[in-house]
Amino acid sequence: MKRINKTFLTFLIALLPMMAMAQIDGEFIKPRSGKFLLQNATVHTITKGVLSGASVLIENGKIVQVGSNVSADGAEVIDCSGMVIYPGMIDSGTTLGLAEVSSVAETVDYQEIGNVTPNMQALTAVNPNSEAIPVTRVSGVTTVIAKPSGGLFPGTAALINLVGYTPDQMYAGFKAVAMNFPSSARRGRYDRRSDADIKKDSEKALKDANELMEKAKQYHDLSSNGAELEYYPEIEQLAKVISKELPLMIEVNAATDIQNAIKWVKDMDIRVIFSGVKEGWRVADEIAEAGIPVITGPVQDLPSRQSDRYDAAYTNAGKLAKAGVKVALRTNETENVRNLPFHAAFAAAYGMGKEEAWKAVTINPAEIFGLGDQLGSIEAGKVANLIVATEDPFETRSQIMHVFINGYRIPLSNRHIRLYQEFLERSPDLNAN
Amino acid sequence: MKKINILLALCLSLCLSFSWAQSPKGSVLIKNGTVLTVTNGTYENTDVLIQDGVIKKIGKDLNAPSGVTTVDATGKYVMPGIIDAHSHVALDVVNEATAPIVAEVRMKDVVNPYEIGIYRALAGGVTISHAMHGSANVVGGQNATLKHRWGSSNPEDIIMQDAPRTIKFALGENPTRVHGRGNGIQPRSRMGVEAILRNGFSEALQYKKAWEDFNKAKSQKGSNAVAPEYNERLQTLVDILDGKIIIHCHSYRADEIYMLINVAKDFGIKKLVFQHTNEGFKVAPEIAEYTMGASVFADWWAYKFEVYYSTAFNAAILQKNGALTSINSDSAELIRHLYHEAAKTQRYGNLTDDEALAMITINPARQLGIGDKVGSLEEGKHGDVAIFEGHPLSSYAIPQMTFVDGVKYFDIKEDQDDQRQQVSPTETVEPILLTEHNHRCMQDTEHLFETASALFQMNQ
Repeated sequence: MKRINKTFLTFLIALLPMMAMAQIDGEFIKPRSGKFLLQNATVHTITKGVLSGASVLIENGKIVQVGSNVSADGAEVIDCSGMVIYPGMIDSGTTLGLAEVSSVAETVDYQEIGNVTPNMQALTAVNPNSEAIPVTRVSGVTTVIAKPSGGLFPGTAALINLVGYTPDQMYAGFKAVAMNFPSSARRGRYDRRSDADIKKDSEKALKDANELMEKAKQYHDLSSNGAELEYYPEIEQLAKVISKELPLMIEVNAATDIQNAIKWVKDMDIRVIFSGVKEGWRVADEIAEAGIPVITGPVQDLPSRQSDRYDAAYTNAGKLAKAGVKVALRTNETENVRNLPFHAAFAAAYGMGKEEAWKAVTINPAEIFGLGDQLGSIEAGKVANLIVATEDPFETRSQIMHVFINGYRIPLSNRHIRLYQEFLERSPDLNAN
Repeated sequence: MKKINILLALCLSLCLSFSWAQSPKGSVLIKNGTVLTVTNGTYENTDVLIQDGVIKKIGKDLNAPSGVTTVDATGKYVMPGIIDAHSHVALDVVNEATAPIVAEVRMKDVVNPYEIGIYRALAGGVTISHAMHGSANVVGGQNATLKHRWGSSNPEDIIMQDAPRTIKFALGENPTRVHGRGNGIQPRSRMGVEAILRNGFSEALQYKKAWEDFNKAKSQKGSNAVAPEYNERLQTLVDILDGKIIIHCHSYRADEIYMLINVAKDFGIKKLVFQHTNEGFKVAPEIAEYTMGASVFADWWAYKFEVYYSTAFNAAILQKNGALTSINSDSAELIRHLYHEAAKTQRYGNLTDDEALAMITINPARQLGIGDKVGSLEEGKHGDVAIFEGHPLSSYAIPQMTFVDGVKYFDIKEDQDDQRQQVSPTETVEPILLTEHNHRCMQDTEHLFETASALFQMNQ
C-alpha cells in the first residue's frame, strides 16, 4: 500500500559528494547535451503505440532511434528499467516567463498599454531565468505557449522550449497573433456593466476588429504589389495573418461568442485557432464542422454559469474531442504550469480518456502549431523532448526521474526542491541557540 | 423550589432536543467498499453502518436494520467526509475592513445557504468547511464552521452548532496594505502588526480586570459600583485569552509566524493555527512545538511577493517535523478537488496514503476543534462520508456520493443540469462569468484600491 519512491533519495545521494567542497558549496549541475541511451523502458510513443522493453537513443538534440534493439554505440546509458517514457508535455496557453510575481507590477510583462498591439512580442519578454521555469519542467512539461493578454489584439504569442538562456535558444518554431474576441460575457464578479453596455461594447469592438482586418488586407495587398508603405507596425503584424504567415489565435469562451467567431472567420481566408472555448461543449458540433482546432483549459475550473453542472469545465475537453474537434490543453497559468498533467488527468477521467488526453498535451498541439513532424511524439527524427517517470506522469504519486529538452539532460533541481533539502531537517533546529 | 428546577430542566432538555433534531439525520448501510478510516487503517470489502446520523458500526457482513437503505460500494472507496479548514464558500461578504481589529464581527451572520458553491463542494466529497472572515485585518471577524446540509433555506441549518468558536487573524501584506497604505493608519509594516496585537491584548487584559473588579465590588454589601461599558470587541479578545476561541491566522513569512508565536506565548494563548503558512517550513520545529499546526496550500506560490520563496514540499516538511498539518482550498474551485490537492504531498514529499488523507480529514478537524466528532471513520463519530470511484489520491478519482450526518446530499447519478435552489426574480439573462475569481480573502476591500485588477492580483 505504501508508495515507495526513490527520486529524492537518489537525488540527495547524488548531491552528497559535492557538499564537501569549501567556499562554494556544491557543484552547479548544468543542462547537458550529448548522446544518451534511455534503456529498457515502456515507451509511450503517442503516435506509434506503446513499446515495452524499448530504448530511445538521443543525439544532437534529436531522437535518433526508438525500439527494442538499440545499441549504445558510445552513448551515455541511462537505465530506465521499470519506468515509462513519454514525450515532453506541451502547455498550449501560459504566461510562464512573462510574469515572475503576479502582484508585483514591475515583474509582469504580458500586457501592454493599448487595445491594438499585435506587434508586441511575447518572445521578447520571456525571462529565460524565471524561477518558475525549472519548477515547471520537473513535472514533465517541456514546451509552452507564452501568450500576451489584454485588449483586442494583445500581441504575438510564441512557443518556447523550457531550456536555454536567450529567447532565441528557447524558441520552438511557432508564433500566433493573439486576439480577444469581443465578448458578450462578464469579465468577472467585479464587472458591473449593464447588459446593454456589454452588448454595445462588444459590437463596437467587433466593428473595430473588422476595420483593422480590412486595413491589414489592404496593407497586405499593397505590399505584395511592391508598394512603399508607411511604418505601421500594428497593421504590418496583422497583415501576416492575412498572408497566412501567422495564424490568428482567437480567445473566445461564451457559447454565443464562439458561434459569432465561427461566422466572423468563415469568409476570411486565414489560419485560425480558438483558445479558451470554455463553453465549447454547448456548440461542439458547430466548432467541429468549422474545422477549427481548439486550445482549451484550465480543466480544473469552475463552470461559467451558476446553472451549469459542477463538472462543466472537467468534461469540456472530452466533449469537444468526441464531437471531432482537434483539442489541445492549457493551464492558463504562470507559476503553476507544472499542474498541466493533472489538468489532463481530470479531462481524461471526465470523459476524454487517457489516450486522447495525452494527445491533447503532445501531438495535437504539435500538429495545430504546424510542428507535427518535430514535436509531440517519440519518433526518430523528432526533437528530443521527453520524460522518464516511475509511472503514469498524470498521477501525483508518479516521480519524474529524467527530463530531456532539445536533447539537453535537464537537472532536476529548482527552488522548491532546494528549500526542501535545506529545511526538511533544519540546522540549527529548535533547541540550538 | 425543587419542582421548578425539574420543570426548568425538562423544558431545557426539550428545547435542546428540539434544536438538535432540527438538522436532518439519516441512516444508511454502505456495503462492501474499501474503507479508508484514516486513523485506524484500511479495510477491504467492509461495511459502514450509519444510524441516525452517527457511525454505528464498521465491519464485515453487516445487515441493514429495518428501514435503513443500503448503498453498494463494491469496487469503490469509502472515506471520511473531506474538511476544508479555509473557505469563503456560502458567505455573502468576507471582509469588514474598517479597523485593524474587528473581533466583534461574526461570519455566521452572513451565511448564505443557497450558494451553489456548497453543492459543488459536496460534489468533491467535502462535508465541512471553515467559512472564514477575510484577511484585511490583523484581528478579523469570527469564523463559522459549516456542515454542508444543502437544501435548507435557513442559515442556522448549515452551521455546525457544536463546533468551537474560531477567529481570523492576518499578518503581512494584506493588513498592512489595507490599513497602512489604504487608510493611512497602523499597521503599515510587520512591526505595526505586532504592535496592534500586543496593544489589543493588553487593552483586553485591562478590560477583563475592570469587569473582575466590578464583579468583586458588586458582591460587597451596599455596593454602588458602576459596571464598565460593555465592549464586544474587547470581550472577544478576552475570550481568546481565556482559551475559548481558536485563532486561525493568515500568514506567509517565517518572521511573522515566529512573531505571533512569541505574542501568543507572552499572553498565554495556546489555541493557535496558522493559515496558508507558505514559509511555515522554515519554522516548522517552532510551529510543531508551540501551536496547533498549519493549514496550507498544496502548491500555490509566487502570486505575490511574500510567497515567492515557497516550496510545494511545505506540507511534507511541516508534517515530518511533527506539526499538525492540513491542506485547504481558500477557493471555490480548489474546494472541489481537495483529495487531489492532498495527493500532491505524494509527489512533493512521498507522504503515505494515510498521511496524505489525514491532511484533508482528521488534521483539519483537530485544527477546528472538532476532531472528536468528525474527520475519520470511527464508531460514534458523525456519519459524514464520501464515496469515490478510484482511490481518492489518484488523479483519475471521481467522487460518487457524499453524506452529511447520514443524509445523502450528492449522488453523481442524480446530479441534474441546474442544481440552483434560488434564481433571482430580476434575472432575465443568466450572467456568464468567464474569469470568476475564486479567491475572496480580500473581497469587500475594493474601494481602497485604484483598480479592480490590482485588487484581484493581491486577492489571496
